[in-house]
Amino acid sequence: MGLYKRYSGKNKWKGKVRNVILAVVLCLLAAVVLFPIFYMIVSSFGEPVESGGGSYSIIPKSISLRSYKFFFEFSPYSFRWILNSLIVAGTVTLSNVIFSTLAGYAFAKIRFPGCQVFFFLLLTAMMVPYQVTQVPLYMLFVNNLHMQDTYVALIAPTLVNCYNVFLAKQFISSVPSALIEAAKIDGCSQPALVFRIVVPMSKTVLAVIAITTFLGEWNTFFWPFLITNSEAMQTIQVGLKNFSYANTTYFAPMMAGATVSALPMFILFFALQKYFLEGVTVGAVKG
Amino acid sequence: MKKKTGRKIIKKDMIWAYIFILVPLGTFTIFTLYPVVSAFITSFYEYKPLGSTWVGLENYINSLNNSLFWKALKNTLVYTVITVPLLLILSFLVSVMVLPFRKRMQTFFKAVYYLPAIASGVALAFVWKWIFSPLSSGLLNRVMKIFGISAVNWMGSKKTAMGTLIAVAVFSGLGKNLIIYIAALLGIDSTYYEVADMDGASFFEKIRYVVWPLVKPTTVFLIITSIINGLQSFQTAYLMTGGGPDNETTMVGLLIWKRAFEYFDYGEACAQALMLAVLISIFSIAQLKLTSNDVEY
Repeated sequence: MGLYKRYSGKNKWKGKVRNVILAVVLCLLAAVVLFPIFYMIVSSFGEPVESGGGSYSIIPKSISLRSYKFFFEFSPYSFRWILNSLIVAGTVTLSNVIFSTLAGYAFAKIRFPGCQVFFFLLLTAMMVPYQVTQVPLYMLFVNNLHMQDTYVALIAPTLVNCYNVFLAKQFISSVPSALIEAAKIDGCSQPALVFRIVVPMSKTVLAVIAITTFLGEWNTFFWPFLITNSEAMQTIQVGLKNFSYANTTYFAPMMAGATVSALPMFILFFALQKYFLEGVTVGAVKG
Repeated sequence: MKKKTGRKIIKKDMIWAYIFILVPLGTFTIFTLYPVVSAFITSFYEYKPLGSTWVGLENYINSLNNSLFWKALKNTLVYTVITVPLLLILSFLVSVMVLPFRKRMQTFFKAVYYLPAIASGVALAFVWKWIFSPLSSGLLNRVMKIFGISAVNWMGSKKTAMGTLIAVAVFSGLGKNLIIYIAALLGIDSTYYEVADMDGASFFEKIRYVVWPLVKPTTVFLIITSIINGLQSFQTAYLMTGGGPDNETTMVGLLIWKRAFEYFDYGEACAQALMLAVLISIFSIAQLKLTSNDVEY
């Protein structure tokens, strides 16, 4: 028995009816939740005219790819925005996976002086809201280092997310210490140990870290928006905003760009759904 | 002799440990610790491109005497206080509704509701802006016209602007909470239900006396993380309403952004950010305690 009554025999239809009603309600709500995404894709096939203009219609009357063409021709850097996003998100993901594995392992399995103090320091970093660091980081990169419009400025602040170190540590703690000791007795050096034993046994958490980091970086807006001045160095999320002016918006081309930027994420999501969903619950639910 | 080599290995291990944590510690120092200290110092200065001047507590006092700061604080609280319970109740209801289905159906619904979290917030903000367009040609206004309701200036009217942002937050945030709730519900041992059945408990009694108490740790976790997110959020406000009309949707986060990057008043921006951080830290400390004690991985 579960939460729901299980109907059997003659009353089976009652269970069926109940499930159908639930499914209908769930689908209706899902339709509302999904509507913006649906609308984004549908409008991307509209004509690339300014909104508010007379010829503008809410739902495209015919399907055309002209808005996609318009998006890529709008700026000489349209394609570069996607490339920039890939470079930034890719680098940040790679560095997060590598460094949080190493640090997570050190905190979980090696005893060293200051181990707890350093871990506590990293934990406190998770408590600092973005608002506090944004101004000093902006001053550091723009006023002091004059590194506006560089990949370093885009990438460096998120090189290692402390939360990922925390996740890796929690997960690696469950790797049996006996296994690590045995490998050590066999003469395995620490770095070899990490790559031969810890990494293969922590694939799930590493995948979760990789996916959540990539997704987060891909969709991040404010930092790249702050740190880039030239269109050449913008990421796709910042680039999308260029289609909106004070009085008007090139809505269909903007949606074309949004669709282009969302598509890889959707594909990734459906291919690696398990890890995405796991990434949400990790750290939240008992057991 | 044996002892000596053992000690050597331990020392070697320790050196490796320091090497392994070097980069995270370094990035922490440069990109978190330094900015926090710098924000603290900056908050006591009036920023000028050529040499800032020490003003003591003036930035804090100015902020606290500024009615806009209080308005932004009020807006942020209103937004959080309405969004958090709405999200919580809705995601709990949906997760209970998903429960009787087979695993494949559950995964399908989880994926569907989570999809907006995958799409970029920038793109979705503009889509929502379109849906809530104030013109009579706006999508929602057109739908309402069918039912004979006249067009509403959703984001431009004081009455509805905040509600619009809250609706967007609820629909976009539903998936994450839902997935967490479903995981918690699936973790409830069936013996609890069996005992409740033997006592003749109805469906709603089971929800009230079995499910709700058992998922309480999850609920608390979700409440705290949603509050932290709510207090910081300003991206949708920035992109959809820009804080208007008449600062009715100006969140503290947005106010700080404007102070810093539109007025270049770094000092006051830092002072306000630190005050926001103190408010948030109350909830962060609670969360930290929860994650380190209650939650297993």
